[in-house]
Parts: sequence; structure tokens; C-alpha cells
Amino acid sequence: MIFNIPFIIVVAMIFIGLYAVLFKRNLVKIVIGISIIESGVNLFLITLGYREGGVVPIFTNAPPDVVENVPGSMVLPVPQALTLTSIVIGVAVLALMLSLIMHIYKHYGTLDVRKIRRLKE
Amino acid sequence: MSTRNIVATVMLTVLVVFFVLTALMLSFGTPIKTQMDDYIITHTQNETGTNSAVTTIVFDYRGFDTLGEATILFAAVSGVLMIFRRIKK
Amino acid sequence: MSQMSKIVRTLSNITFPFIMIFGLYVIAHGHLTPGGGFQGGAVAASGCVMLIVAYGSTWVFEKIKVSKLSAFESLGALGFIGVAFFGLIFGGYFFNNFLVKTGILFNVVPETGFTGSEFNTAGVLPLMNFAVGVKVIAGIFAIVLVMAYASSIKERKQ
Repeated sequence: MIFNIPFIIVVAMIFIGLYAVLFKRNLVKIVIGISIIESGVNLFLITLGYREGGVVPIFTNAPPDVVENVPGSMVLPVPQALTLTSIVIGVAVLALMLSLIMHIYKHYGTLDVRKIRRLKE
Repeated sequence: MSTRNIVATVMLTVLVVFFVLTALMLSFGTPIKTQMDDYIITHTQNETGTNSAVTTIVFDYRGFDTLGEATILFAAVSGVLMIFRRIKK
Repeated sequence: MSQMSKIVRTLSNITFPFIMIFGLYVIAHGHLTPGGGFQGGAVAASGCVMLIVAYGSTWVFEKIKVSKLSAFESLGALGFIGVAFFGLIFGGYFFNNFLVKTGILFNVVPETGFTGSEFNTAGVLPLMNFAVGVKVIAGIFAIVLVMAYASSIKERKQ
């Protein structure tokens, strides 16, 4: 059970993020919870493609003692390329959420979720 | 405690127990199927002429996903600029 | 936001060129070392955001118009799609790498195995890296500038 520590940490991060989304009343704390869930999912994608005793999949000035077993001593490169796209999508969604929160505060005067219910005119 | 808090606690506990049981069954360090990655690592320098496998995957083997990501960045920037627009009279 | 003190402004003037050169280095060597368009664009954009924090958002908003930053971002996106369309004309399919074996520049194929680094090796990749880098820098700079200016209107009204 000790050898699966990265997967246990992923479950802990998703649990903390879901607790912040479900049980908190401030809007900014809910947005922080969503960002923590996205970080946990990115960590899970990277730790799926790990090989025991592998190096970075780049051929420039690599260490010379892995030269005879080329595809067996390198870490899988495809999950790392998919994580890049996921990080950029997280940044774009976070920027839109924060600007909507600024607009809500200018209109209602408060950031409590239980008081922002009706269309106020 | 209200009804909503009790239902949320029960559902969160069930979900976390299910996740932990799945995480203890995975193997860390030995991936199961690696045929696509072995083909990409052995044929990167011949077909593409690049020294780095990750950049080739992002821009050459899977360039269509990068096109979708550039579209998402463009939509996010245009949405933020549209919210804070001032109409001058 | 208002301006910060003279010590902060002088130090940010000194460290700004170093950050921009490091960001452009990470963008340009995307096909040899870890990095690329998105990573180098984020590093260079954080150097530009440091200037917004040091000089105040009201002063920067009057010097740099947002419509010019929008034009820069559209230029980056059009460059990315234009390079992909050139692949359709010269080869047979979209996103074709038409500069690798037969071409004018960036057409040297490295030998297999672990080698050193040579700059004009990859085909279309450095051009795509520059286009995406310009797009990311202009986009993040515009987002932070507009959000910082909009949150300082309340201070000036009251």
C-alpha cells in the first residue's frame, strides 16, 4: 500500500476540493475548490504514465547508459502532452469565473450564496 | 444540521470510499499497454526531425487538439473583454 | 491601483529585460529542450504583469490601448492557422510538415540516437511555437490589465 502514494494523494485532493464546493458559503471559496479539483486531475494524468527507472523522453544530451534499450527506458510522453492542454483550459475557465464574480458583487453588494437568489432589478 | 448537509455528507463519504478502493488496485510504475508510445519514441527522429517527443506530439501528431485549445484561449479573452466594456457617449 | 514607491519602480525596470529574454529563450528552443509555445508565453507574460503591479493600472491603461493587444492576439491565431493551411496546399492533408525533408529552412534531419542539439532541425515547429507564444502573451496581458482597471473604478468614484 505504500507504493501507491501518488494515487492516494490524488483522492485526498479531490476530497478537499469537493468539500470546499459543497459546504462553503462564500463565492470565492467555491472557486478555490474548483481550482483544487483541476490540479488533482492533472496530477492523476501524469502519474498514469510512469515507468520504473525512466528518463525524460528527449534525445538531446541524454545520459549514455540507456542507449541500448530505447523505448523501454523512457517515460510515456502522451499523457504529458494531454496535461498541457488541460492546464490551459483550467486557466481560461478560472479567468471567466473571476470576472463574473466581480460583476455580481457590483450588482448585489454581497457575496453570500444564500442571498443571491432572485433577479433583482 | 439541515437535510441538505446530511445528504451531502453521505454522498461524499460513499464517493471517497469508492475512489480509495480503486486507487489501491492500480499499479504504479508498470503501465499496461504501451504500443503507441513505443512507436512514437522510435520513429520521432526519422519522420519529424525533432529531438523532443513531447513537442512533436503537441504540434505534429496531435495538432488538431492544439487548434481547439487556441480557440478556447481566444473565447476566454474575448469573453472577459466583453464583460468590462464601457460605451462612451 | 496607484503607483508604488521609487525603489520598487527602479528594481522592476532593472529586472524586466532579463525575464523577457528568458521567456523568449524558452519559446525559441521548444524543439530541443523542454518548453514550447505555451510555457514560454506564460513566463514572458508574468514579466509584463510585474510592470502593471509596479506602475499602477490607471497609468498603464492610458498608455496602452486594449484594441492593439486584441490585434496582436488575432495576428498570432491567424499565423497558426495559415501555417497549417500551407501544409494542405503543398502536401495532401491538413497540418502537413512540409519543411522537413525538402525545404528552404529548418530541413536538417538529426541522426538517430542521443545527439547534441542543432537549431535548424525541426520542420514547421519553430514557426508554430512563435505564433502560439505571441498569442498567449497578448491574451494574458489583456486579461490582467482589464480586470485590474475595472476594480479600481470604485476607488476613484468615492
